Amino acid sequence: MDLATILIQLLNSVQYGLLLFLISSGLTLVFGIMGVINLAHGAMYMIGAYLAYAFVEWTGSLGVAILLGIPVMLIVGIVIERFLIDSLYSRDHLFQVLLTFGLILILNDIQSILWGNDTHGVPIPDMLNGSISLTDNMSYPVYRLAVSVVCLALAIGMYWVIQKTRLGMTIRAGASNREMVESLGINVRTLFTIIFAAGVALAGLGGILSAPLSSVYPGMGDNVLIICLVVVVIGGIGSIKGAFWGAMMIGLVSTFGPVLIPSLSSVMVYLVMALVLLVKPRGLFA
Amino acid sequence: MKLTMKTKSFSHSIRQSALAGAMALLVAGTAQAADPVKVGVMLPYTGTYGALGEAITNGMQLAIEENGDKLGGRDVEYVTVDSEANPGKAPQNMNRLISGENVDFVVGPVHSGVAMGMIKMARQEGAITIIPNAGLNAATRQFCAPNIFRTSFSAWQTAYPMGKMAYERGYRKIATIAWNYSFGKESLEAFEEGFKAAGGEVVKQILTPFPKVEFQAYLTEIASLKPDAVFAFYAGGGAVKFVKDYNAAGLKKSIPLLGSGFMTDGTLTAQGEAAEGVLTTLHYADKLDNPKDNAFRKAYMDAYGKEADIYAVQGYDAGQMLVQAMDVVKGNTKDRDALIAALENVKIDSPRGPWHFSKAHNPVQNMYLREVKNGQNVVVEVAAKGLEDPATGCSMMK
Repeated sequence: MDLATILIQLLNSVQYGLLLFLISSGLTLVFGIMGVINLAHGAMYMIGAYLAYAFVEWTGSLGVAILLGIPVMLIVGIVIERFLIDSLYSRDHLFQVLLTFGLILILNDIQSILWGNDTHGVPIPDMLNGSISLTDNMSYPVYRLAVSVVCLALAIGMYWVIQKTRLGMTIRAGASNREMVESLGINVRTLFTIIFAAGVALAGLGGILSAPLSSVYPGMGDNVLIICLVVVVIGGIGSIKGAFWGAMMIGLVSTFGPVLIPSLSSVMVYLVMALVLLVKPRGLFA
Repeated sequence: MKLTMKTKSFSHSIRQSALAGAMALLVAGTAQAADPVKVGVMLPYTGTYGALGEAITNGMQLAIEENGDKLGGRDVEYVTVDSEANPGKAPQNMNRLISGENVDFVVGPVHSGVAMGMIKMARQEGAITIIPNAGLNAATRQFCAPNIFRTSFSAWQTAYPMGKMAYERGYRKIATIAWNYSFGKESLEAFEEGFKAAGGEVVKQILTPFPKVEFQAYLTEIASLKPDAVFAFYAGGGAVKFVKDYNAAGLKKSIPLLGSGFMTDGTLTAQGEAAEGVLTTLHYADKLDNPKDNAFRKAYMDAYGKEADIYAVQGYDAGQMLVQAMDVVKGNTKDRDALIAALENVKIDSPRGPWHFSKAHNPVQNMYLREVKNGQNVVVEVAAKGLEDPATGCSMMK
């Protein structure tokens, strides 16, 4: 590999890592603070992508799709938390697993009923449709760079909210000791609703932003869920910072791994996860 | 990880029992009809391959409807199972159709992994099985059997002719890329065989993890290799993503993209501009402009309100095959040898052009070179006329 190729591959890693972070941050938030394993996280990502498809078909603009899609996802999150998950906090984890797994099936069927089983594409907005040439025959799509910028901005935003605001303080406190936070008179119920809705919205936003990059197809969330669980486990459950570095690590491994050791490309990510867990059983930042 | 796997199989069993219940009702409702021909249909109706299962079913039923909804003068009863494209469920679904429902024919599946499970059962139980899609070479090679037929293609057939076509277009060094699963690998090997025979060289074979759709790293690698062209195999959502990414990386201008026809079939609307100019080989194309194809496409559109595609054609031919063979044996499914002989000897006037079965029960058919123009796979030329799969290892070839 020459230097230019290595640099482009680094760019690929960072770009993929940032997108992974966006999607897994919601999962780790919900997981870490509420103790809820939201298996439907991938399905929410898929719904986001389909919303992007539907809204772009309808309005012709991805910007509008984002503006309409996020509130829809927030509402979905609030409804699910208030009406379904709320009654399960006192129960065993298995109940939540069952519930969120059931949600996958329901969301998949809703997708099938509303949009059918065809594969769809979402056009890249005209403004971002160009590409920057990097070498004599390789260029980089501007949209990919734009998505990276958005993800980076969100990462910084999330860091700021969690480290510098009162809400962030309660979130951090809630993550480390929920009972104590409750006994200090903080309304955990509202906090949980906010967090779950935010988690769903992050998954949805990930889906919306990925839609033009990827294709929109049934079951697209399943793979995403698995890779997100890997990211969350590597980073340490509940840690946003961990999710960030976990995602970066997976980005690097899944970009360079297959090129350097093609025969291990399918298992590379899981090998890395196993190695991390051997050294740090609770993840990097737990 | 463990968690998701466990829960997954759990859901399937729920779906399964729901399906079984629904089917029991269905069967109870239609059982009065006097001794109908039972056609077991085992196709995916949910998930990624759902649209394919639907198209095949539509095509097959259209062919049988055109025959007055009868096979050899008998009414037809369909027993449908959702294969879920899940190889793990294949033997049990197959068992339900053969032993539970006692069907006369099984039609299915789409997915090659499911096909492996079905073939194993079909060979054990001797059930007459018609594969309307799954292109794994083995089905009509080492696992061929008198009771197993395929109305679609072998992976080899869809990629081999492209080798010669690529060489004729002046490409000498080609990189190949596909998902790392049997169909992907078989496609790349067949292409390489054809391309080497023509005089070309494959400089690099890249296999990407199935079913992941993150290609940026591989595209960067291809750019640094600078081959004359790239031959690729992806399907469905992966094909959409790959073709779009390939175009977005600016590679299409300097390194033309060739592929197995599945890369641009049923995906062109989603691929849009990015697919324009991509060359592929397949046993079907748009604008074949033969009367059979025109009539079929119109009838399909009238019946289902959708454009027919390759999967609909394969289903239609499975239907045509049943119609023809059952007419020959006058609806008698008891004499199995006569029925199999009748099936073997069908001559199908297909929308894709006429074809017949090889000794290994795979179609001997034309393969077309197609170019994507204005969102259609327009036929450029016949890449190979009456191409027969080599059927290496099939015991029926002797």
